[in-house]
Amino acid sequence: MDNFTPYTALIGGGMIGLGALILFVFSGRVAGISGIASSALFSSDGRSWRLAFLAGVIAGPLLVGSLITDFNYSTPELSWQVVVAGLLVGVGTGWGSGCTSGHGICGISRLSPRSITATLLFMLSGVVVATLLR
Amino acid sequence: MPIIIAFIAGLLMSVGIAYSQMIDPEKVLGFLTLNANWDPSLMLVMAAGLAVYSSGYWLFAKKDKPLFAPHFSMPGKKDLDKPLVIGSLLFGAGWGLIGYCPGPALAAISSGSSGTLVFIAAMVAGWFISRKLAI
Repeated sequence: MDNFTPYTALIGGGMIGLGALILFVFSGRVAGISGIASSALFSSDGRSWRLAFLAGVIAGPLLVGSLITDFNYSTPELSWQVVVAGLLVGVGTGWGSGCTSGHGICGISRLSPRSITATLLFMLSGVVVATLLR
Repeated sequence: MPIIIAFIAGLLMSVGIAYSQMIDPEKVLGFLTLNANWDPSLMLVMAAGLAVYSSGYWLFAKKDKPLFAPHFSMPGKKDLDKPLVIGSLLFGAGWGLIGYCPGPALAAISSGSSGTLVFIAAMVAGWFISRKLAI
C-alpha cells in the first residue's frame, strides 16, 4: 500500500464536503456535479448559478497548480473505452439522478435511502468492472 | 450573490478533488481495483467529505430557509425505482472502466487531454439520452 495517501485524501475530502456544504447553507441546494452540469446544458431554468458552479469546478485544478509546483495528474488515453465509459457515466448518472458528489456525499449525509442505495450500487459495479478488467 | 456562492462551492469542491488526487483516474482505479496494491485513499476522501457535510447539514437543516435563498430545494423523491437502480449500476460500470466520475472529468478539462475531452463529450451525450429516453 505504498500508494496510500491518507493526509491529502482527508484534507481534499474535507474541502469537497465544505464546498458542498456552502451550497446547502447559502443556497439550499444539493451539490451534485452531474445534475448541475446536465441541467446547466439542457435546462434554461437556473442556468446562471449552475454555470458559475461549473466555472469554479474548472478553475479548481488551475488554482491548485498555481499553488503547488509539482501538481500533475494523469488523463486517459483516447480509446473506444473512453467513449463507452463516458456514455455509461452520462446515461447512468442521468437515470440514477446523481453521482459520487450528489448521492455519495450529500445524499448519504442526509441519510436518503435512494442515495445510500445508489452509492452502494455504483461502488459495487465500479469495483467489479475495474477488478475484472485490470 | 447566488452566483458567487455557486462559484466558490464549485471551486472548493474541485480544489478538493485535485488535492486528494481524485482528479487522477489512475488513483481512482487504484481504489476500485481489488488486488495486492489496493489503495484505500478514496475511502478517506469520502469519509472526510461525509464528516464535514453531514455535521454541517444536520446543524443547519433545522432552519426554515437557507441564508441567501427563499427556500431549500432538496430532492424529495423517496422510492427506490428502476431508473435509480439501473442508472447507478451503469454509472459504476463506466466509472470502473476508465476511472472518471463527472466531477473529476470536468475538473480535468483544462488539461486539454483528448481522452478527457472525448469522455466529457460522450458523458454529455449520455445526459441528453437519459433525458430523452425514460426507462
